Amino acid sequence: MSEAQATETETETEAADTTPRRSAFGRLIRDPQAVITATILVVIVLLGLLAPLIAQHDPNESALSAVNVDPGTPGYLLGGDQSGRDIFARLLYSINTSVLSGLIGMSVAVAVGLTFGLIGGYFGGRTRFATEWLFNLIMTFPGLLLLIVLLPVTGGDFRATMLIFGVLLAPGVYRIVRNLTVGARNELYVDAARVSGLSSPRILRRQVMPTVRGPVIISAAFLTGSAIGVQAGLAFLGLGSTEVPSFGAMISDGFRNYYVDPLQFVWPAAFLGVLTSALVLFGNSLRDALEGARPKAQKIATPRVEAGSPASRGEAGEALVQIEGLSLSYPTPSGGVKDVLKGVSLEIRPGETLGLVGESGSGKSQTAFSVLGLLPPDAVVTSGSIRLEGRELLGLRERELIQVRGRAIAYVPQEPMSNLDPSFTIGAQLVEGIRATSGLPRAAAGKRAMELLDHVGIPDPKRVFSSYPHQISGGMAQRVLIAGAVASRPRLLIADEPTTALDVTIQAEILDLLRDLQAEMGMAILMVTHNFGVVADICDRIAVMQQGRIVETGEVEAVFREPQHPYTRMLLDSILDESHVRTDSPVLVAPGAEGPR
Amino acid sequence: MTATAPLLEIDDLRVAFPGRGFRARPIEVLHGVSLTLGEGEVLGLVGESGSGKTTIGRATLGLVEASGGTIRFQDEDITHAGTAQRRALARDIQVVFQDPYSSLNPALTIEDILSEPLIVQGVTARDARARVLGLLDKVELPKDAGQRLPREFSGGQRQRVAIARALAPGPKLIICDEPVSALDLSTQALVLELLMDIQRETGVSYLFISHDLGVVRHVSHRVAVIYQGDIVETGPAAAVTSTPDHPYTRRLLLASPVADPVEQRRRREERHRMARLEAGGGTPADQQGDPAGEQDDPNQVSGAVAGWPGPAIRPEA
Repeated sequence: MSEAQATETETETEAADTTPRRSAFGRLIRDPQAVITATILVVIVLLGLLAPLIAQHDPNESALSAVNVDPGTPGYLLGGDQSGRDIFARLLYSINTSVLSGLIGMSVAVAVGLTFGLIGGYFGGRTRFATEWLFNLIMTFPGLLLLIVLLPVTGGDFRATMLIFGVLLAPGVYRIVRNLTVGARNELYVDAARVSGLSSPRILRRQVMPTVRGPVIISAAFLTGSAIGVQAGLAFLGLGSTEVPSFGAMISDGFRNYYVDPLQFVWPAAFLGVLTSALVLFGNSLRDALEGARPKAQKIATPRVEAGSPASRGEAGEALVQIEGLSLSYPTPSGGVKDVLKGVSLEIRPGETLGLVGESGSGKSQTAFSVLGLLPPDAVVTSGSIRLEGRELLGLRERELIQVRGRAIAYVPQEPMSNLDPSFTIGAQLVEGIRATSGLPRAAAGKRAMELLDHVGIPDPKRVFSSYPHQISGGMAQRVLIAGAVASRPRLLIADEPTTALDVTIQAEILDLLRDLQAEMGMAILMVTHNFGVVADICDRIAVMQQGRIVETGEVEAVFREPQHPYTRMLLDSILDESHVRTDSPVLVAPGAEGPR
Repeated sequence: MTATAPLLEIDDLRVAFPGRGFRARPIEVLHGVSLTLGEGEVLGLVGESGSGKTTIGRATLGLVEASGGTIRFQDEDITHAGTAQRRALARDIQVVFQDPYSSLNPALTIEDILSEPLIVQGVTARDARARVLGLLDKVELPKDAGQRLPREFSGGQRQRVAIARALAPGPKLIICDEPVSALDLSTQALVLELLMDIQRETGVSYLFISHDLGVVRHVSHRVAVIYQGDIVETGPAAAVTSTPDHPYTRRLLLASPVADPVEQRRRREERHRMARLEAGGGTPADQQGDPAGEQDDPNQVSGAVAGWPGPAIRPEA
């Protein structure tokens, strides 16, 4: 393979994700909810900070003349309360109390939770045991009760109370950070950092912190709201200093005065409500921005079939499946469309094995899923047709498709383990499939399942029948799935990289099994794979895909001997066969010349 | 043993992981493995999943603790190296992992990823940046790659970044743990070519771990075959991968499909013939021919496989 040609192909096939990305901040300022709630929060905080300038009275200054005066009385914009204090002034000063409570509670919770979460998550063993125990203990404390009991200690000062409440909130942050850190700890990039000789604090700061940052920021918004709520609640109950103006205390006063002046309790309640709901909604927007909740792709067209395609039934007599001019697109988040299949035409003949080969992103799996009618809901078939024995499959209703899937067409997936439900036995899963396609009664279906397990070369069918998926090996699991797939004697078996997840010795056995089953049942196999060895082993014909197009089709031996398309040639040249043996002996580079320094 | 002075000597290495559940017995995954790797040499380590090949690499890197045996690097015992010794070793021993997605921190730019190991070694931030440009050039990535995030690159390009990170401190040994198995065929060939070019140019040694005989044959001077925690065969690459001595290696070779329908048919028949022979003679392995083993008894400590000869060690060519 010439170097130039290879590099060119790489840049071509390795098209990186170049969709323009926006920073989290960019996404945030484009979200109306974020902008509105942030504006409300800023205005409220400003009102609080400017309270000494705006308010005409001290919040605790009472005047007999102002007792329960109506809103609009000069100097008393919102009226006076039962002690003759200016309600407007008290509202403004209460903002400061709330904001300060929220900030103290949130900062303590984040500082404590983040520190211990990182330590407990990263170090494990005894350290994690200790932090876990500590935070579980904290969680068992009845929060509000503890704060009330500790009033003599805090001296009724809401700031001290919020310090303690911050500690009580910390387990929430701890759990988030600990889980994320444990996850990051198992990532290879942390291993790589350790191999590079980075110290644990440096790994935590540089490698782990960035991954926990987002979720912590989000939870900080909710914690602030929660701390504000609790502070108001305590003040409502009359706990804490009466000198400090607070929404909770104002609501409490308003309640007591309800029959005299119902409006008195509306103002603080409204302010508190707006403040906390703005915080929660802003937290939601933050989460969307930081965790990249993408706008849902819009369906731009419904699957449609080209009416004018040559669907003459007589012509399709020879082929089992006839795919003609199949084009498939996905809408992208930026509003455009991405074509994944660009006019694929393919024919699968009865009883043959067709290898569909290509690199990742070539569209080979998409082609297979189109035949199965299992495309994701946002996929759009822009043109083409898929006919099974002359019957058009595109545009069939789900109910009609079920008649085809599992009966005429069966499927063997790549990852056998993730295609078995871990909470049911192998036998139960097989029986359910058999009953769905054949309508046999349970006992007969069980007997049939046992026969099938025996048939696919499982040495102890009885034991496997009553086993759970985790109790059998990957090779066994793939045999089980093949047993399920051939239960209804399908005419076409679609195998999507059925051996990629398996070791080579198991792969050879699975391919042998497929070959035997095919000889016995006469079904056709569509073998989707990237491995030319597998193609050489089992396929009669081969179709090579590149970027949504079929570039070459032919008999396997002919294509391997004389590939026509340059892409096929390039792929075949990339294979490391027995001629690629390293022959040069180890070389010592003169000291000083080594290394890229 | 080797043509050049030994760089890495692993002797009777044992690794056991704690068993699952309360008071479970530890599970030994390496049952006394010995390997040597010379300077400027590539040693291929081939085996199937669960064979313990990755564990050998991780023990050498200090990512798992050895429960027995010794690992010596440049005549220095590093089996239980402490933090300070590890940091010094980071200059000499590096790694390229299999998964190019999980091995790069998604939150850091390529430049940060590459300069971090340099800064730890005491290079100033400015020098580190200059060196990063040289590294990017070495692995054939564009100069502006440093400012971008890993998610903007394809698998092959990410693996190039991982190779650049391993090269950064100018190591003498790189553990390559399945560095190309997650890549497409054509990308795989290019990344292998890059790894071999760098090796020839700098004289760095590779412990090249892979499940793919074809890849190992292509890059290695010598090959060691590991099966269920034991090395069953060691020797020159050409000999081990085309005319193996040990039955397991032979079975591995016959099971690897070749991209030639005629030759593959011959091999298949040969494999079936061997299987029939084995079934008749009742010699090796379990009857399902499942060398990864059923998961019923992960504690089974198999020395050599029942009925199979001990490790086949070939005279060096």
